[in-house]
Formats: sequence, structure tokens, C-alpha cells
Amino acid sequence: MFSWTAVNFWLIPLLPLAASLLILSFAKSHRGAAVVLAVLGQLAALSISIASFAWTLETPGARAVQNFTWFSFGDQAVRVGCVLDPLAAAMLVMITLVGLCIFVFSKGYMAGDKDFSRFFAYLSFFSAAMLGVVISNSLLLLFVCWELVGLASYLLIGFWIHKPSAAAAAKKAFITTRIGDLGFFLGILWLYKSSGTLLFYDGGNGCLENAGLLALGSSATFIALLIFSGAAGKSGQFPLHVWLPDAMEGPTPVSALIHAATMVAAGVFLVARVYPIFSLGAVDGVTPSLTVVVWVGVITASMASLIAIAQSDIKRILAYSTVSQLGLMMVSLGVGGVAAGIMHLLAHGFFKSLLFLGSGSVIHASHHEQDIRKMGGLRKRMPVTFVTYAIGMMALSGVPLFFAGAWTKEEVLHATSHWPKSQAPHYLMLAGVVLTALYMTRQMIFVFYGNRRSQDAPHESPPVMTRPLIVLAICTIGLSAILTPAWPWLHSYLSGEEAHLDFGQLIQPILFVSLALVAAGIGLGVLLYRRAGLTDPLEQAQPALFRFLENKMWIDELYSHTVIAFSRGAALVSSWLDRFFWDGLVRAVGGIGGLLGSFSAGVDERGINAGVDESVSGTRGLGRVMARFHSGQIQLYLGAIAVAVLALLLFYAWLA
Amino acid sequence: MAGLITALILLPLVGALVISVSRPNFARGIALGFTLLSGAVVFLLWRGFDSGTGGLQLIERHDWIPSVGAEYLVGVDGLSLLLVILTSLIFPFALLAQRMSRGACALMLVMQAALYGTFTAQNFILWFSFYEMSLVPGFLLIKIWGGENRDRAATKFFLYTFLGSVAMLLAFLGIYFAKGTFDFAKLAELARIGPLLSGRVGWIAFAGIFLGLAVKVPLFPFHTWLPDAYETAPTGVSMVLTGVLSKMGVYGFVRLLLPLFPREIQILGPWLLGLAVCSIVFASLAAWAQSDLKRMVAYLSINHLGYCMLGLFAVSAATARPAVEVQAALSGVFLQIFNHGITAAALFYFVGLLEERRGLRGLHDFGGLMQRTPLLCGWMSVAMFSSLGLPGLNGFIGEFLIFKGAFSLAAIATTVAVLGLLFTVVTFLRAIQMLFSGPLAGSCSAFPDLLRREKFVIVPVTLLMLAVGVAPQFVLSIVNSTVAHMSRLFA
Repeated sequence: MFSWTAVNFWLIPLLPLAASLLILSFAKSHRGAAVVLAVLGQLAALSISIASFAWTLETPGARAVQNFTWFSFGDQAVRVGCVLDPLAAAMLVMITLVGLCIFVFSKGYMAGDKDFSRFFAYLSFFSAAMLGVVISNSLLLLFVCWELVGLASYLLIGFWIHKPSAAAAAKKAFITTRIGDLGFFLGILWLYKSSGTLLFYDGGNGCLENAGLLALGSSATFIALLIFSGAAGKSGQFPLHVWLPDAMEGPTPVSALIHAATMVAAGVFLVARVYPIFSLGAVDGVTPSLTVVVWVGVITASMASLIAIAQSDIKRILAYSTVSQLGLMMVSLGVGGVAAGIMHLLAHGFFKSLLFLGSGSVIHASHHEQDIRKMGGLRKRMPVTFVTYAIGMMALSGVPLFFAGAWTKEEVLHATSHWPKSQAPHYLMLAGVVLTALYMTRQMIFVFYGNRRSQDAPHESPPVMTRPLIVLAICTIGLSAILTPAWPWLHSYLSGEEAHLDFGQLIQPILFVSLALVAAGIGLGVLLYRRAGLTDPLEQAQPALFRFLENKMWIDELYSHTVIAFSRGAALVSSWLDRFFWDGLVRAVGGIGGLLGSFSAGVDERGINAGVDESVSGTRGLGRVMARFHSGQIQLYLGAIAVAVLALLLFYAWLA
Repeated sequence: MAGLITALILLPLVGALVISVSRPNFARGIALGFTLLSGAVVFLLWRGFDSGTGGLQLIERHDWIPSVGAEYLVGVDGLSLLLVILTSLIFPFALLAQRMSRGACALMLVMQAALYGTFTAQNFILWFSFYEMSLVPGFLLIKIWGGENRDRAATKFFLYTFLGSVAMLLAFLGIYFAKGTFDFAKLAELARIGPLLSGRVGWIAFAGIFLGLAVKVPLFPFHTWLPDAYETAPTGVSMVLTGVLSKMGVYGFVRLLLPLFPREIQILGPWLLGLAVCSIVFASLAAWAQSDLKRMVAYLSINHLGYCMLGLFAVSAATARPAVEVQAALSGVFLQIFNHGITAAALFYFVGLLEERRGLRGLHDFGGLMQRTPLLCGWMSVAMFSSLGLPGLNGFIGEFLIFKGAFSLAAIATTVAVLGLLFTVVTFLRAIQMLFSGPLAGSCSAFPDLLRREKFVIVPVTLLMLAVGVAPQFVLSIVNSTVAHMSRLFA
């Protein structure tokens, strides 16, 4: 009954795009119309997404493909297309649902902004591009949408463009991701060259299908790594993670939608989408490119969760938490747990956007105060925000049973424990569980418990903001029902296997391990921060270490003194060389020509032309006057002619 | 439809004559009228053009000076037509950009006629006459109506390109003495059989033509005249210089050097690729370091033409040339020619708007414009993003095709060239940050936003960028057959 969507699912990204264009063209000064258009576009996209999801459910092994020729060059053609399969459908539903909640939330959060309509136009544009990434059936089309997502992110981070910090953060985000994208671009070119097509699925001829993969051969590793560099840039993986915390300069709904739930997960999605290239020629599930993915993920996750402990900005803590969770997803993909990684991505989309919107609600109520040390005691003043935030916190920390994040994290840990190459990622991820619980507990205590540390009296946000929180909280809990090992429905859906109900699966040794670790993290947090005042207990105990983490391990400083300083220097040197060296050479050649010119002119005047000088003295007088006006240039003219005549003579000599 | 091309070349010249006897305040109107009229002729030409044929079409051939092999021989293939269309688009745009005196208007029309001639002439003597004819108005427009340092810049522009032309003329004389013809098609045919000139003479002739064209493009390190000239020239003239004149060099490479000296260019391939990469990387780096907006855009022009040269040299340097890669590179180069013409002209137009409002054009002379002139900032950003190759706008398609072809034919050079894409982004985002963001600068607080007549110019140009970015077929189909035809010659 959903076969209509299998043909028309390409409409999904076009609906928000249409909304965006309509807002920009007609509803710029009409706030109400802008919201209605944006929400309608998103709602329509959500409906079709759900229908598409239903279609993939009722059709086993579902994969709908719509390819078409984008343009032709010479007698060749570039074809692109859309694909609908379980991976795409699950992403579509998550993105449109989370997006819708965030759109509604934004109506309250941005209510006082003078560029309200523009904000919704950008949000809709982002949504369109992101949905485009998900349903692309061609790496080229995916790259197009990928870059447009980056543009939307740039526009929205820098939305408050009058703030210099926002403009700087937007620029940093675009350039940093662009560095990764250049590798991605080269990977696309290489893939195109090797397999002859950029279509993923094309009736057996696509680059992810047997024939295409066969053509890759040994270049697959390089192609995979180049594509991964793009994924690392978008998904904030070390060493390209530096832009993501700064991106928190954007309005909080933007952080929730783009820099937590959807865009930053696009890198993980990309790796999952082209996974056949990564796993080509795998021995025991291990390939060189996947090994790189694992270690980059491990470094990112560990580093970010450490840094998160020493941050004091409520959004930056969440940002580093996002970086670390994305690292975890990458690790999962790298060790072969593709379904687990994507499940964690989907669950993370819900609970992290919940946390961000919760922080937005807190920030909104605290008059744009973002320093957690100045908050406190909000539990009673903002009950809805508190409860939903606590649900998000428990999902992120991995408190078992009722929270989506716990089960998916469990799956990831399970996958890492089976990696044949090394057990280090597994143990580091287990340590990460403790750290995550610790920094989230710290945040909860600082924000919601204790006494108010500033004078104002915050109050609960309006329903337009709290209702999306409730919806997302329900999703976070509800999702856990299809994630448990007792009935691993989502896992089966994504990996295309049959799910069986078996409560015995609930009891697994690793469950108790992680339960203990989460308890340890939360317990440690309570112990440490229970009586925390304006200064952090960790700072008192370990000032040097705290400083190191608080300053984000000085990675930004390292970059600005090395890569950035070097490039900037290269730019100045290029400009200087241009002005003085290359142009100097030209002027030197001109000067030599000028000398030759005066020489031959002298010979001309004194030797050959002496006889006729008398008769043309009048002309020459005029010439001298003119020459004075053009001093220097005349020499060049003469030089040019002299050189040309000389060259001509030599040339004829050679010919003869 | 015989005589269409001749009419096309003559129309602007007639316009120039009419202007010279008309009243000064009608000059710009008349110039616009004639340039639009020539646009109508271009439209007819396009309609009469058979896009299914790769070779020359609509040929007109008359004896001119038979004793020296000079013929009046004009015709178009896809590339020529594309450039003619570009010329017909840029000139009205440039004439609308600013007020121009009567003399300037007449000179602009002379230049347009020369460009139409350059892109359609198929005999060297005729081509060279048009080629040089475009130089004189350019020189005068800069020298008389330019800004600071105009004398120096104009002289440099003229002498540098003129020297290159002299070298090229000598080389062609040599070829004529050896082969007895100036006809491009015949020469190309002869060059396919064996070298036009053997040994050292061949190399000298190659060097002469190469120098002339490399200066014109310009290719690193023969580019230093360009920033000075573009910076000094009035807005409309800068638009034409970058939009159309800079394409003469690339066109010359495709029409002359590649077909006539395939061996030489292949032997020198790695070196030439190196020069193209230097053009791309150093120019984008230098652009980043500029504080004058016009100089910045000028350097980015060098950078963008560097991509064209990368594509061409990759094709000609490769030893194995799969048709698909050659066609990708050539299509990319041709599309890039068109895109760069539109986008760079638009950028100069916007810089002109800013200069008109502020009286200055340094990056540091503005700040926080987004608060005062959101429309101007928005539309200018579109042009910038088009120039930095954002997918969805025109720049991306051309660059993607160039890189696709070039990566397969010359992987290392192409990989290094990708750096140019990065530095371009840095340059533009820095400009956006300095011009548009932050608190509004006091000196900009009285700026008017886009005026109606400015919107009238900007909206169609931007829509064109968007159209090419989303559905490039309507441009590509002009050159597709020509590309396929050329790729067979390269095979």
C-alpha cells in the first residue's frame, strides 16, 4: 500500500526546499507565515518519510532506486539518483521528526529575533539538504547536498552575524570541514576513475555493487580513506574536530538540529553508506581503512570526553559530548558493527537534541547565561525541563533498561569487544562510559541542584518550547523498546535479519559491567560535585590538568601557530613575490630592452640618420617634447621594437 | 543564414561610429542598444547552429590578400559560439555597471567587435588582426578612464601583451613560410600528419605562440600585468577584461597551440602542468593576502583560469587519453570559461557597487554591512560562493568536470591543485567576515541597499548562475559535439 512512496520518495527533500524558497521570496516580513510554511514543509516531509519507512517494512530486502541523467558532456553522461533502503528510511524518519520538534521549539526560542523569518528559511534549507544527503544514490549528488548542508551550517552558526565571535566560528566551521571535503572530493574523483560510475546502486553496475567494487582493486583503501577525511571533517573527528565546539555560537536550536542530531552524524552515515568500499577485501572483518576509522574514533571519543569534564559552558559540554559520541559511532563502524553504529546515531539524534533543546530552555530562562557555574537550583523552577533533561542525561550516560542510548551503547561495546586486532578500543570505550556519566552528572548538579548562584529568578519556558522536549523524551524512552537485545527489532531491520523475542538475551555479562561503570561514573560525580561552589573541585585538586583540559588540550593554539601561521605566511610570501620578484623580473627585462633601445636609437641618430636629421628637426623637436611626457615608456617601446627586430633577424637566419 | 557572423562583427563597429557623431548623453544608450542588437544576432546564430555537429559551421569565406594567404574566413564551432554568447552577455552587463563617457562607450563597442571577430576568425591573419584590435581599446580605456597608477598599468598591459603578440606573429610567419597557409583547420590537419616545423625552428615557433598566449591568459609567471590592470581599470572595463578578454588566451590555446604543436606540448607537459598548478595555488594564496577588493578578485581570476589551463595541459600532456576523461576535461574547461566570465564579472560589479558607495574598496574600509545592506550582501555572497565552487551554483560543475578529467590524466598535479579550492574559500570567507559581519562601521552607516536598477542587473545574472549550477545541460549542449569531435582528434 506504500508503493507510491517507493516511486516518489525523492519529493522528501524538495518539500522543505520549497518552503525555504517561499519564505525567502514572499514571507520575509511575515513571521507567522514563515513558521507555518517551515513547519508544513517539515510535516509533509515527515509524512512521506514515515510512509517510506512503512514501505521498507512491508517489502523485505527493500531498495527503491530512481536514477536519471543530470547532464551530459561530450558523448558521456553524468547520472545521479535517489535510493530508499532501510538505512535511508530510518535516517529520514529521525531527521524529519527531530527536525519538526526543533522547528516548533524555535518558534518560542527565536520569538524575539528580528530575523525570525530568515531563520526558518535557513532551517528549512538545511533540512532539505540533509534529507538530500540521506537519499542520494550517487556520491556526486551526495557531495552536492553535503556541501549545501555545510553552507546551511555556515549560515546558521553565523546567524547572529553582528557578533564577531559568531562570524569567526562560522568561518572556522566552513573552512575546517572544507579541508576534509577536499580529501572527499579527491576520493570521489578516484572512485569515478576506477569504477567509472558514482551511482551506488544501478542494477548491478553501481560502485557499491559487485562489478563496481571489483574494478576498485587495491585503490579501495585510498578511496575509502579519502572519503573518510570528508566524514571526519563533518563529524568532528580528530584532528578536524576543532570547529564543532565553536559552532555553539549559533542559536541553540541550530546546535540541536545541525550540530548534534543530524549534520554531524552525516559523516557516520556516509561511512555506513559506502561501507562496501571500506570493507572490500576484509580479512576477519578488518581492513586498513577500517582500522584507521577505529583509531580515529577512539582518539576522538577519549579526547572529547576528557575535555568535556573541564568545560563550564553548558552547550560546550554537550558539544564535546557529541564529538565523543560520534567517535564512538565511528569506532562501532570500524569494528564491523554497522547496525550498532547507526542505531546509536538514531538514538543519539533523539536524546542529544533533547539535551540541547533542554539547555536552550535553560539558557532562555537564564537570560542567555551559559556558564553552568552561575546556574543551580533550576530543578524546582523548571520542572519539565529538569525531568526531560534528566531523561536525556540518563540516555546519554547509558543508564540501562528504559533509555535508548543505553542499549545502543551496549551494542557498540559488544561490537568492540569482538574486534580481532586489539582490545584497547574496547577498554577505552568502557572508560569513556565512566567519563560520560561523570561529566553529565557534573552538569546536572551544577545546573539543576544546589542553590541558585545568581540573583535572577528564572521560570519554566512556554509550552511551545517544553512540548517538543516532552515529545523527544518520549521518543528516547519509546525507542528503547525496539532496541533491546531481547527483541532487537531495529538491529534486524537495519541488517536485514529476522528479529526474535527472547528475554534471555537481556541478561548479558557486559550489561552488568557497563551498569557498574555507569554507577561508578554517576557516583563519582555526585561525590565530587555535591558541594561544588563557583570553583570546580577538580580544578582545586589538579589545577594543571584542569587547565589543560579546560583549554581543550591547546589544540586550537597548536593549529594557529603551525598550519594556520604557515598558510598565512605562504599567502604573504606569494603576494610579496608577485609584487617584487616576478614583476621585478618583468621590469628587469623591460629595463634591458630599454637599454638596448637607447643604444640602437643612439646608433640610429648619430650614425645613420645624421644626414636626414636636418630635414626632420622639426618633427624631432616635437618628438622630444612627447618623449619628456612619456619618459621611461618610450624606452620600453623602443626596447620592444629592438627585441622584436633582433628576434626576427635571428629567426630568418635560422630559417635560411 | 549567411553573413550572420559578419553582421555580428560589424554591428558594434557601426554603433561606435554612430556614437562618435551623436550627442554625449545618448552615448551609453546607443552603446547598450547596439550591444543588445548584437545579442539578438547571437541569438539567431545560436538558433541556426547545429549542435549535433562538431566541426565548423556557418562558414563565410572570401579572398582578402591572396598573395600572403590572408582570407576572410569566419565560422563557429561549439566553443566559438559559447564565447560569442559570453561576449554578448558580458557587454550589456558591463555597460550597465557604471556611467561612461562617449569615448569610452565607443571604445567598448570597438572592443566587442574585436572579440566577436577573435572568436570566429579561422584564418591566422584575420584572427590576429582582431586579437590586436581588442588590445588598443583596452589600453585606452585603462589609460584615460582608469584610477590610480593608470599610466603605468596601461603601459604594462599594452607592452606585455603586445610583446607576446609580436612573438606569436613571428612564429606564425615561420609556419607560413614552411606550409604556405594561415588557415587554422588546414594547419591542424597538417600538424596531425607530421610536425609543422621540424627541430629547433619548431621549438622557437612553439615558444613564440606559447609566450603570446601565456601572457594573455595569463599563466604564471607571465601574469603580473593583470592585477595592476584590473585594479586600475574602471568597473565596466574590469568586467570585460576578466569576463571576456582573459578568455582569448584560453581560446588561443585550444584553437592554436594544442592542435598545431601536439608533440611539443606533450614533451613539455609536466612543466606546463607545473605552471598551471602554480597559477592556481600561488594566485589563490596571493588573493588571500590582498587588502584591496579589486586586486583580490583579480588574483582569483588568475586562479580560476589556472583550472582551465590545468584541464588543457592534462589532456595534452597525457600519454594515454581515454575519451571519457578527455571529454570531461575539455567540457569542464569550456564550461569554466563561461562560468568564470559570468561570475568574475559579477564580482567586479559588486566591488564597483561598494566602491561607489564608500569611495574606497579596501577590505578594512567596510564592516557590518549585513545590518545595513542585507540585499547587497546576500546577492554578493551568491557570486562569491559561485566563485568558490559551491555545488548548486555554476562554478562547481565546471570545476568538477575539469578535476574529473585532470585527475585521471595527471593525478599528482591535480591533487596539488586542490589546494587552490581551499585557499579560494579562505579568501572569500575572510572577505565576507570583514565586509559583512561584526558591528556596522560608522563610515557605512548611510549606505543605500541595492537600488532598483542594480537589482535589475543582478537578479538575471544570479539566476543564470543558479540555472547553470542546477541544470548545466543548456550550456553544455552547445559544446558537446565539439568536445566529442576534439576528443577524437586527441585520441
